Amino acid sequence: MTDWIDIGTLADIPQRGARTVQLAGEKEIAVFRTGDDHVFALINECPHKKGPLSQGIVHGHSVACPLHNWNIALKTGEAQGADEGCTPTIAVKQEDGRILIARPTALQAAA
Amino acid sequence: MELQLRGDGQADAQDDGLVPFEDVREHLVVVGNGMAGCRAVEELLARDAGRYRVTIFGAEPYVNYNRIMLSPVLAGEKSFDDIVINTREWYADNGIELIAGDPVTAIDRGAKIVKSQSGRAMGYDKLLIATGSDPFIIPVPGKDLPGVISFRDMKDVDTMLAAAEAGGDAVVIGGGLLGLEAAHGLTLRGMKVTVIHLMDTLMERQLDEAAGWLLKSALEGRGQTILTGANTEAIYGDGKVEGVRLKDGREIPASLVVMAVGIRPSTALAREAGIAVNRGIQVDDHMVTSDPDILAVGECVEHDGNVYGLVAPLWDMCRSLADGLTDQHSGYKGSVTSTKLKVAGLDVFSAGDFSGGAGCEDIVLRDASRGVYKRVVVKDGRIVGAVLYGDTVDGGWYFDLLKREEDVSEIRERLILGQAFASGGGALDPLAAVAALSDDAEICGCNGVSKGQVVSCIEAGNCSLDTVRAGCKASASCGSCTGLVENLLTVVLGDEVKSGPKTMCKCTSFTHDDVRREIVAQNMRSIPEVMQLLHWSTPDGCSSCRPALNYYLLCALPGEYQDDQQSRFVNERMHANIQKDGTYSVVPRMWGGLTNPRELRAIADVVEKFNAPMVKVTGGQRLDIFGIKKEDLPAVWADLNAAGMVSGHAYGKSLRTVKTCVGSEWCRFGTQDSTGLGVKIERMTWGSWMPHKFKIAVSGCPRNCAEATIKDFGVVCVDSGYELHVGGNGGIHVRATDLLCKVATEQEAMDYCAAFTQLYREEARYLERTAPWIERVGVDYIKQRIVEDEAGREALRARFLYSQSFSQDDPWAERAAGQHAELHQHLEPIAIAAE
Repeated sequence: MTDWIDIGTLADIPQRGARTVQLAGEKEIAVFRTGDDHVFALINECPHKKGPLSQGIVHGHSVACPLHNWNIALKTGEAQGADEGCTPTIAVKQEDGRILIARPTALQAAA
Repeated sequence: MELQLRGDGQADAQDDGLVPFEDVREHLVVVGNGMAGCRAVEELLARDAGRYRVTIFGAEPYVNYNRIMLSPVLAGEKSFDDIVINTREWYADNGIELIAGDPVTAIDRGAKIVKSQSGRAMGYDKLLIATGSDPFIIPVPGKDLPGVISFRDMKDVDTMLAAAEAGGDAVVIGGGLLGLEAAHGLTLRGMKVTVIHLMDTLMERQLDEAAGWLLKSALEGRGQTILTGANTEAIYGDGKVEGVRLKDGREIPASLVVMAVGIRPSTALAREAGIAVNRGIQVDDHMVTSDPDILAVGECVEHDGNVYGLVAPLWDMCRSLADGLTDQHSGYKGSVTSTKLKVAGLDVFSAGDFSGGAGCEDIVLRDASRGVYKRVVVKDGRIVGAVLYGDTVDGGWYFDLLKREEDVSEIRERLILGQAFASGGGALDPLAAVAALSDDAEICGCNGVSKGQVVSCIEAGNCSLDTVRAGCKASASCGSCTGLVENLLTVVLGDEVKSGPKTMCKCTSFTHDDVRREIVAQNMRSIPEVMQLLHWSTPDGCSSCRPALNYYLLCALPGEYQDDQQSRFVNERMHANIQKDGTYSVVPRMWGGLTNPRELRAIADVVEKFNAPMVKVTGGQRLDIFGIKKEDLPAVWADLNAAGMVSGHAYGKSLRTVKTCVGSEWCRFGTQDSTGLGVKIERMTWGSWMPHKFKIAVSGCPRNCAEATIKDFGVVCVDSGYELHVGGNGGIHVRATDLLCKVATEQEAMDYCAAFTQLYREEARYLERTAPWIERVGVDYIKQRIVEDEAGREALRARFLYSQSFSQDDPWAERAAGQHAELHQHLEPIAIAAE
């Protein structure tokens, strides 16, 4: 069983941008909207030095971390190119125009 | 006896009073120092360098240059030096005598002598006529008025540039390739241009009606007036050209008229010498005229009933000619021509016969939203013609199939989709496409270089674009085949390719300078438009190119361009500096480093109210408040605004600070009011976006307490005025400034500062500080633009101030008032649903 949390609509997130979600007792989550209107959710921390990925430049299905320009794949959370590291991802789905994310701890419990 | 060994030293021999060494080789005299004449000699040298003694006569007073590149010279994209094919050293190194600026006026075939305008007479064993063609001047009243010119040589370009300098209206008669290029260049040079074309379709010899219409609409979109089906009746004017009158009575005022209605072979010299001439000088398959010792090549000849006006056939002719002269007769078989060109940045391609007719099938693809039109004409299973507009990538492939008369029945259904699809792949792989080209497929149309030649050049050890350009000239002219050459490098060398001119980022094959030039030339207005028109390889760029494009557009279109927040680095989007823990630091502006109790109280209050863990005096003479959360930023700004403070742009690629010393108001050494001048300069320059951060300082005396000589722009006051310094940097590589000049008044110091800032804004590459920029372009260039060119300086200053009129709104005030509040807020989870 997964807890799905309604966090708003697509229009709440700027295209090629991100918004953050703070759930009680959880790490901050970054929810991204790409140029082709895909939505991804990741923990808002770069695997490198924990830079807030939500503030990076979104290009294609990647985001460039604002601190040191690491490129993180939005789908997998993996660092791209020569860099190594991975940011945890969070399941996300769109339903009836709403965006829903899975509660991260619920995922961990299920795993 | 010793002398006989020094056969090359004619002068020495004469000085010694002995009989000069005589060059006993056959003497080849070339009439015409243009592209055909010189190419013929190059081909000859490549086969047997020592065989002939060579003399070249040229009518123009220059070395051999690439005539088809006159358009970029007119457009300001290249200089004359860039289009020189062979330098004086080339003539000297190959023992060729060049007689430039002295046209040949007569041939005495009996005595085998040519005579020149200056009275020179020179004997020949073999004579090569390469006189090219003359512009056709339509016989209307007024055709001889001053201000009516053709577009054929450097002199015409100089005339056009002079006319453009004076501004005003120009008329180009002729909507063919040459006319449209002239019109484009004149438009870029600021003239209002009308093109008059007799036919209903522009470039009707290369384009069909549909493509011609697309081209016309696009050119009109660029601001030109295009009149098709327009017949010129007269050119009018009193003592100089004043306009053009059409048959239907319309009058179009103009201070310059360019006649570009066509060319005709230049045959007068041959005709007067009694050589057989029809439309052109008649030649056989070895380019020999009716006189066996006289050859002819290029646009002046007629071969098998055909006269050519394009460059590619000329390369074929020169090969056959050189083969013949070195006794390895190959024979010229005529040429099938294709045209691939850019007019005002628009891609156009045509080849073969596209008039259609019995037995011909048309395959047409239109993509209105992309502005693409493709038409391939097939007859008996073979391509006989093709017209491409907007997307010409597959032009070379169609042309290759056409020349080889390949049977395309098998791939007919997919033919129009281009090589990648037709070959069955589906995915577009440019490397596979170029690998699949035949060896004689033409890569570089400007210089007639085939794929086989490029590959040999690479295999001979040329591992970078630059060395390939130098080695075989492919991509050395207009550059439209650069991508093909780069792909060939990769195909041949794999990963060993040496990087060429640095491209902007991996999303494009263009350099920063290319992109910038094209943004202005094509009047691009948005990031998606740039990416579309310049063939970006990624859907929406990357974190390198997006901020650069955003800046270039902002700089090119002050007040018009809609800034793209998502293409800004976080600091410029948040108007604060992100720190390693994700919080922000906030720096309010302190004009010239001055502050007062009210400001200091407001800062102290903010620090306490928002629990800022640190406050620090910056290197730029102001206070930095650390540890502010993104949610609190608008409230912080509101409090600072309330005390009269605005954003210090400590986060931007923009003007940072103007550092000052106390100057003559307080300091016993101060010579001028450096503090006051610093404040004035900061009031003028704040808020301006730049390629990189930009720091200014004003010191009140040569003791230089404000460290003005390590700033981007520094002023050092002296008793007699103000020394202006540029290009300093206190960063990783400390660089002291270069002295720009000295001025007498504060106003001049301000004016020069504005002009210099604008020059940097317009010409430096994104993320290039002034120091590396100046090292790249040279301080002499900066002096020439800012100090020596008074009108240019004033124009730069005016453009800066115009741009500033849109950029001096405090971004903090907008945010404090609630704009983009979402940037500072979390999304609110509103419901939890379980499943």
